[in-house]
Amino acid sequence: MSTATKSTAHAPAPLTAVWLVVEGLWAWYRRNWRSSAVSSVLEPVLFLLALGFGFGSQIQPSAATGGLDYVAYLAPALVVASAVQTSAFEATYPVLAAFKWKRTFIGIASTPVAPAQIAYGQLLWIALRVAVSSTAFLVIATVLGAVTSVGVVGSLLVAVLTAMAFAAPVVAYSATLETEGQQFTAIFRFVVVPMTVFAGTFFPVDQLPVWVRPLVWVTPMWHGTELSRAAAFGTGELLAVLGHLLFLGALVVLGARFAVRTFTRRLEV
Amino acid sequence: MVAETVVHGGGLRDGALVRARGLAKRFGDFEAVRGIDLDVRPGEAFGFLGPNGAGKSSTMRMVSCVSPRTGGDLTVLGMDPHTQGPAIRARLGVVPQQDNLDNELTVRQNLHVYGRYFGLSKAHVRAKAVELLEFAQLVDRADDEVEPLSGGMKRRLTIARSLINDPQLLLLDEPTTGLDPQARHLLWDRLFRLRQQGVTLIITTHYMDEAEQLCDRLVVMDGGKIVAEGSPGELIARYCSREVLELRFTTDKPDAAAIDGLADRVEVLPDRLLLYTADGEASLAAAHQRGLAPASSLVRRGTLEDVFLRLTGRTLVD
Repeated sequence: MSTATKSTAHAPAPLTAVWLVVEGLWAWYRRNWRSSAVSSVLEPVLFLLALGFGFGSQIQPSAATGGLDYVAYLAPALVVASAVQTSAFEATYPVLAAFKWKRTFIGIASTPVAPAQIAYGQLLWIALRVAVSSTAFLVIATVLGAVTSVGVVGSLLVAVLTAMAFAAPVVAYSATLETEGQQFTAIFRFVVVPMTVFAGTFFPVDQLPVWVRPLVWVTPMWHGTELSRAAAFGTGELLAVLGHLLFLGALVVLGARFAVRTFTRRLEV
Repeated sequence: MVAETVVHGGGLRDGALVRARGLAKRFGDFEAVRGIDLDVRPGEAFGFLGPNGAGKSSTMRMVSCVSPRTGGDLTVLGMDPHTQGPAIRARLGVVPQQDNLDNELTVRQNLHVYGRYFGLSKAHVRAKAVELLEFAQLVDRADDEVEPLSGGMKRRLTIARSLINDPQLLLLDEPTTGLDPQARHLLWDRLFRLRQQGVTLIITTHYMDEAEQLCDRLVVMDGGKIVAEGSPGELIARYCSREVLELRFTTDKPDAAAIDGLADRVEVLPDRLLLYTADGEASLAAAHQRGLAPASSLVRRGTLEDVFLRLTGRTLVD
């Protein structure tokens, strides 16, 4: 083993290092994509069929649906809800596994790649994963006739932003756990599911009792749903749009910074 | 391949690859490493011995630039881990105590993915992986998933992976713990080859035979401090004796007066006496002459294990 390969090992530039982490996660995903593709694309399509077309056939277009068919009203919100669900999964078990069970992040920490770069790489990976599955869903929804305009491209971007607003703090939290007790189950049961059901995906929030609405306003999903419909239907008001973007953007930035801290604390001991 | 990396480090040739002065690591109130001095020279195999909790792994983690020191000075490859961690890590190989391979990737993919973190091109890691698979005797399993491999194979893969960047310094934390004798010997053979190629090794172990086989020089750590330093031979000469006579008694053991002067030092264990002496047979003859009648006797060489137990005690550390 003495011939061809002279070493050129060096610390990669910061952005390259982040991308290499994505590359590593992709190497795993390429071999194991089937089950997660089913849950992150097929599931929302089933919801669109059952609720959008099936249940929606019983709903008259009205002011509540913006004068649209229920399925058209539902599709831009469903892409957000499904993006958040996918990102919530990717932000929990795989992150804890990489620290605890597979220990792959421990391995990367011995290379020139720094803990902060691992955190950013993990987040970028989730964003790309969500972008791909959301695109697939929207293509299918378009084929099914549930999409009304090209504004849906905006919905795609909003879906990714909303997913990251939720995933970034959760990734940070997952990096602090030593075992999976009931924490992840609790996140899904008490945050993700209620958010999906009540934060405006299936019906307007003003149908909820007044005292519940503030709870909805602090969920990223509500902001995402509002933005996504505004993009798809061209109904956005500037101030409201800016407010939603600011809220989601702030969650992404704070969550990412928090993740950098928890990754560093976990890996540099 | 690896011989070349020594030349890369030409600037350090006469200096130490690792130099620590008063190096310390504290976790809250607990002092894991309490001010140690080290010099690891290019080309040597340097060992850390010590019971569990002695501070070996903490020291290794500081040297491998993943764990910031909390006191003292440390330079690795002439650089300070505080400020140049990534640049140092680019030239280190690390074999951790617990494997952290990706079990769901193939053997080859593990090498590819890991190599990329060192800024190496895909073409480079592909070519390098072929070399390393050969070296680790994993060619037949190259495209199998890691999961079903034996412990020894996984260990060899971890070592192969640690060489993907042609490291100047290879850090191995308990490399053979949990392996069967065949797997250990094969691993030792590989490490021996690396040494011959000029790779500097730092090894922690609590197998004394491993330390004797592999290390040119070693330190014994206990309670976060270095309690002895030297080559295996020097340590045995200093802290043990050339030979050890073990006398086993089924009935009552003889009293102190009866064994006085038979050896340089006598250790009384529950089931036997250990007599540290330059000439075991002579001491045994002297014992018989005094009328001692042990149920069995054994003369053996003094070993590093005797040194270790003398320095770190026989009390169990959990």
